[in-house]
Amino acid sequence: MNIVVVLKQTPDTESVIRIAADGKSVVTDGFKWIINPYDEFAVEAALRLKQQHGGTVTILSYGPQRVVESIRTALAMGADNAVMIADDAIESYGRLKLAKAVAAAIKQLNADIVLMGSRAVDYDMAQRGPMVAEFLDWPHLPLAVSIECDGSKVTIQRPIEGGKVTMQSTLPVLVTFGGSHAVWNPRYASLPGIMKAKKKPLATKSLADLGLDAAEFTPDKAKVRNISLEMPAERAAGRIINGDLDTAGKAAELVRVLHEEAKVI
Amino acid sequence: MSKCVCVVAEYRAGDFRRVAYEVASEGKRIADILGTNVCAVLVGSNVMDKAPTLGRYGVDKVYVADDPALENYLPETHVPVIADLIKKCDPALVLLSASVDGKDLSARLSARLEEGLVQDCTEIVVDGGKIKVKKPIYAGKCLAWSQWAEGAMPLISCRPNVMSCMAPMEDKKAEVEKVDVAVPQARSSVTGLELDTSGRVGLSGAEIIVSGGRGMKEASNFSILEELAKLLGAAVGASRAAVDSGWRPHADQVGQTGKVVNPNLYIAAGISGAIQHLAGMGSSKFIVAINKDADAPIFSKADYGIVEDLFAFIPALTEEVRKLKSTCS
Ligand SMILES: Cc1cc2nc3c(=O)[nH]c(=O)nc-3n(C[C@H](O)[C@H](O)[C@H](O)COP(=O)(O)OP(=O)(O)OC[C@H]3O[C@@H](n4cnc5c(N)ncnc54)[C@H](O)[C@@H]3O)c2cc1C
Repeated sequence: MNIVVVLKQTPDTESVIRIAADGKSVVTDGFKWIINPYDEFAVEAALRLKQQHGGTVTILSYGPQRVVESIRTALAMGADNAVMIADDAIESYGRLKLAKAVAAAIKQLNADIVLMGSRAVDYDMAQRGPMVAEFLDWPHLPLAVSIECDGSKVTIQRPIEGGKVTMQSTLPVLVTFGGSHAVWNPRYASLPGIMKAKKKPLATKSLADLGLDAAEFTPDKAKVRNISLEMPAERAAGRIINGDLDTAGKAAELVRVLHEEAKVI
Repeated sequence: MSKCVCVVAEYRAGDFRRVAYEVASEGKRIADILGTNVCAVLVGSNVMDKAPTLGRYGVDKVYVADDPALENYLPETHVPVIADLIKKCDPALVLLSASVDGKDLSARLSARLEEGLVQDCTEIVVDGGKIKVKKPIYAGKCLAWSQWAEGAMPLISCRPNVMSCMAPMEDKKAEVEKVDVAVPQARSSVTGLELDTSGRVGLSGAEIIVSGGRGMKEASNFSILEELAKLLGAAVGASRAAVDSGWRPHADQVGQTGKVVNPNLYIAAGISGAIQHLAGMGSSKFIVAINKDADAPIFSKADYGIVEDLFAFIPALTEEVRKLKSTCS
């Protein structure tokens, strides 16, 4: 099976977010960059599919040079090879353009199945997967927390508000991943894995290599523009319910303030 | 009159979801500012009876696709049908739900219509006739404002439980137009739908959440949180540490790689307050932290902090809530 995983690099979830001088981007100095956790779940799922069905796992990523480090991490986890759409500004062209570029790269890879996170922990737009599927004219199975494949059909489970849904599709199909670390438990790169990853093939592509017209990929052609950022109102630290109260006294005082002051119970 | 505001009304298992009314109400608010009317798009199976009731939330006209093949949300069938209905409305902008299905639908629709989408918006502003939206990014650590290019049709998905629902206008019925649609042949299908009928309150949409972390020590100890939650009509959540330990299902995880919740009251018991956890519950109206370590970071975000052993405090709290409930009722 020819498995492709789309991977985005995002800032570590511990990152402190500060607004840059332009008022519409964030300060990236000092960021530690990681594989978007949901894409990492997709890498894990891909490696398990390969264990069952054989084939190859190709990592497809995009962005500036720093992304190579995350690609190598995925290769060290066990992926076989990688393609990178090298373009420093790819995210500034808008989500539709990004999805078009990813779809174009997938077409060149002859994939049976494409896996990726349902969302990214930076802008949390939750758009890439469904958009790529639409541009490929493929079915997609969203927000999988489990995946099974019998070689021709793929079945997933997805949580919805107050329930769960089982969905199925024939190949080729695109699957987006939800769940959590507890669900997917993505493997760590082993030391031999890290050594091997250095020699695994990584092809770099430009937009032109993908048959795309670079003139269409400019920030001013984006349909949506980020105009400004603002910090959320700081939460003032509240008060410790204390005094000389014993446990029962604190409980009574908490219930009183929640009922009388906050009026939430 | 200028082009309408279109709202896509989310429908599941025989009725509208609450978020559909929130989105319709918000659509009405914007339409009033723009001086236009509100159209809705509704797809499903056997939905004709319910369609006119959207009028209660400000919708003037509903375009309906009613077909047994549209019973459950399936991207392959819903996206083309909804795209066609939206084209029929020819709106100035489209509002959708940033629910589980709604976010997925919105994204694929955006590609199909080749129009720009902002997901999970918490505020919509009309600024000199132009639409501007706000959405949380980096799990709520920052807020981003976006605007659309000239001539674009904004697609906006609205975060549930944020935008207010108008008081329903009981006697108002929307005009309904049934549209004959060809539901495309699908390669994918929904093969199972299990709805939780236990009456347990779910995390999304809960007004009160009681969450436990590593401090709960083992799975069975969550029974004390469940007892408290039951009295409060609350949902039970968990930190990643509790989920990773196998004490709680992953669906209960609150945080950056779990659910983002915004209840009126969030009670965190035995949770230290890691940045990824705060990302999921930091916008709760009131936060109570119960932790035996006075230096736990969660206290810096809590409106009310209790420095106590949770195994002593939770039962005492449950007792006091019980007393309150018995005097109130
Ligand atoms: C990529 C990534 C994503 C993540 N996503 C999430 C996420 O979505 N959600 C999430 O929650 N975390 C997430 N985390 C993990 C996060 O960093 C923390 O490890 C986690 O939140 C800690 O959970 P905790 O507070 O329950 O445990 P701990 O940090 O171990 O805290 C336990 C607390 O319980 C207190 N305690 C212990 N016993 C008692 C007692 N008897 N009475 C009272 N208090 C007691 C202790 O004082 C301590 O403060 C993520 C991490 C990464 C790297």
